[in-house]
Amino acid sequence: MAKQIEVSDLDAYYGSHKAIEGITMTVEPRSVTAFIGPSGCGKSTFLRTLNRMHEVIPGARVQGKIMLEDQDLYDKDVDPVSVRRTVGMVFQRPNPFPTMSIFDNVAAGLRLNGRISKSEAQGIVETSLKDANLWNEVKDRLNKPGSGLSGGQQQRLCIARAIAVSPAVLLMDEPCSALDPISTLAIEDLIAKLKNDYTIVIVTHNMQQAARVSDRTAFFNLAGQGQPGKLVEMDETSKIFTNPTQKATEDYITGRFG
Amino acid sequence: MRRSAFRRSRGEGPFRFATTGAGILLLAIMAAIAVFLVVKAVPALQANTSHFLTEKVWTPNATKPVFGIAALAFGTVLSSFLALIMAVPIAIGVALFISHYAPRRLAGVLGYVIDLLAAVPSVVYGLWGVIFLIPFMQGPSTFLNTYFGWIPLFAGDAVYGKSMLTASVVLAIMILPIIAAISREVFLQAPKMIEEASLALGATRWEMIRMSVLPFGRPGVISAAMLGLGRAMGETIAVALIFPATFDIDIRVLSANGNSIAANIANGFGEATPIGQGALIASGLVLFIITLVVNMAARLIIARRKEFSGAAA
Ligand SMILES: Nc1ncnc2c1ncn2[C@@H]1O[C@H](COP(=O)(O)OP(=O)(O)O)[C@@H](O)[C@H]1O
Ligand SMILES: [Mg+2]
Repeated sequence: MAKQIEVSDLDAYYGSHKAIEGITMTVEPRSVTAFIGPSGCGKSTFLRTLNRMHEVIPGARVQGKIMLEDQDLYDKDVDPVSVRRTVGMVFQRPNPFPTMSIFDNVAAGLRLNGRISKSEAQGIVETSLKDANLWNEVKDRLNKPGSGLSGGQQQRLCIARAIAVSPAVLLMDEPCSALDPISTLAIEDLIAKLKNDYTIVIVTHNMQQAARVSDRTAFFNLAGQGQPGKLVEMDETSKIFTNPTQKATEDYITGRFG
Repeated sequence: MRRSAFRRSRGEGPFRFATTGAGILLLAIMAAIAVFLVVKAVPALQANTSHFLTEKVWTPNATKPVFGIAALAFGTVLSSFLALIMAVPIAIGVALFISHYAPRRLAGVLGYVIDLLAAVPSVVYGLWGVIFLIPFMQGPSTFLNTYFGWIPLFAGDAVYGKSMLTASVVLAIMILPIIAAISREVFLQAPKMIEEASLALGATRWEMIRMSVLPFGRPGVISAAMLGLGRAMGETIAVALIFPATFDIDIRVLSANGNSIAANIANGFGEATPIGQGALIASGLVLFIITLVVNMAARLIIARRKEFSGAAA
């Protein structure tokens, strides 16, 4: 079930360094939201607060509120582990488990959720790989290691692994930045398909990609060196790319800085 | 003549010569040692009036020499494996605690302590074993004998502090720091990216360790265990002080039986006749072969899953 995310007045820190400040936004379900902005403005940091991965870094902490439908993700009684089972994540560099087969990679999350039967696992692994547009390429070598695949295939394997546990939200941090153009297109097609079932948030450095795949776009920026990153504006993607409200956004998308 | 762009660079020649020379020299020294040992061992083996591989008794100094490796080899292998079984799980636990659980400051201190312990000379462990552990083991041994006496390992009518088990415990304590130190290094090298992959799937810390750290560290831990096993098998002085130094094959580790090849060499070399010395050297060669076989087995285990080792990632 895709879910809506509502962020209000969120700050994130690395030790005493405030990386992002005062972020308030709504992410709509069954749509693709793109985060754009210059390097170091806190896009990855913000993305990782959405599934409580930020706090696994020693000294990192978060202030503010994130609601996933009616659940406060940072409530004292909420276990971050269960948040991460609901909000899946795909990383910048493909990171399949190198010691596991392709099959076991996709089944890894399922096995965390408790015992499942072999046939059940087989079914879910097959649908997940099909949904990730990878099934045809790997169906004959499910027992081979995932690290033997090409970069693009590995990234789709990671997407299959993430969707196998049926998360409500799928976070992607520059999922194509380590891939060639063909693999990038394959992943973009996949995103367009997946948005029917998931809430998708994608960080991208590539403006054309944001324009191609997203419904809404959020532009982040740094107020200055050493300052925390902030959300400048967020709107329909078509509006951001044709008629942004803020001067900084316009400068960024027309390539005048960043 | 045209000068090739791929000309061998100047200075490589002497370096090649030096490294090749060093390699050949090393091999030559090793071969010389091997030849020397075999030459010393052969007359003793010829003088033996029993079968070297199956005989348990060790009386090579007698006018009619009778000696064999069976009891000694058995004791070496049994004590070392017992030590390994005791040491490896604890070492892995300690290593994981330092690498993934302890706060940074504590981890630093603990890591340092482990490194220190690994550097303690074995005779210190041996003396500690004699003074403290032999009397101390009476209690736990009696407990094992009373409640687990139905297991052949712990069977017997009487228990002794100076036993195979006590020697194994000393060996375990001796090899634990080196196994823990290496395992910690290996666990620390588990890629952050792969750890985050499991955390992002909703793994708890322990599940993350099982999915990402342990499989990655497996070959390293096996190598560390083999290093520890090699040390345990070759350990001489610590166990020479503790083994009852009998020549029986006795699976009951609480009994007053137990010995090892290395301990027997340490105990016997001083008063040995030339034949006796040759016999001990022959036993040393057997120890060498056992160590070699164990190491090759370990390499096989590691190589078998190379494809999944993560080396490619
Ligand atoms: N692990 C970390 N420890 C300390 N500071 C970090 C860490 N990761 C990121 N930062 C800092 O947080 C800020 C935002 O970084 P990041 O979220 O990676 O930006 P982006 O993804 O937009 O390029 C930067 O100033 C960066 O130096
Ligand atoms: Mg980033």
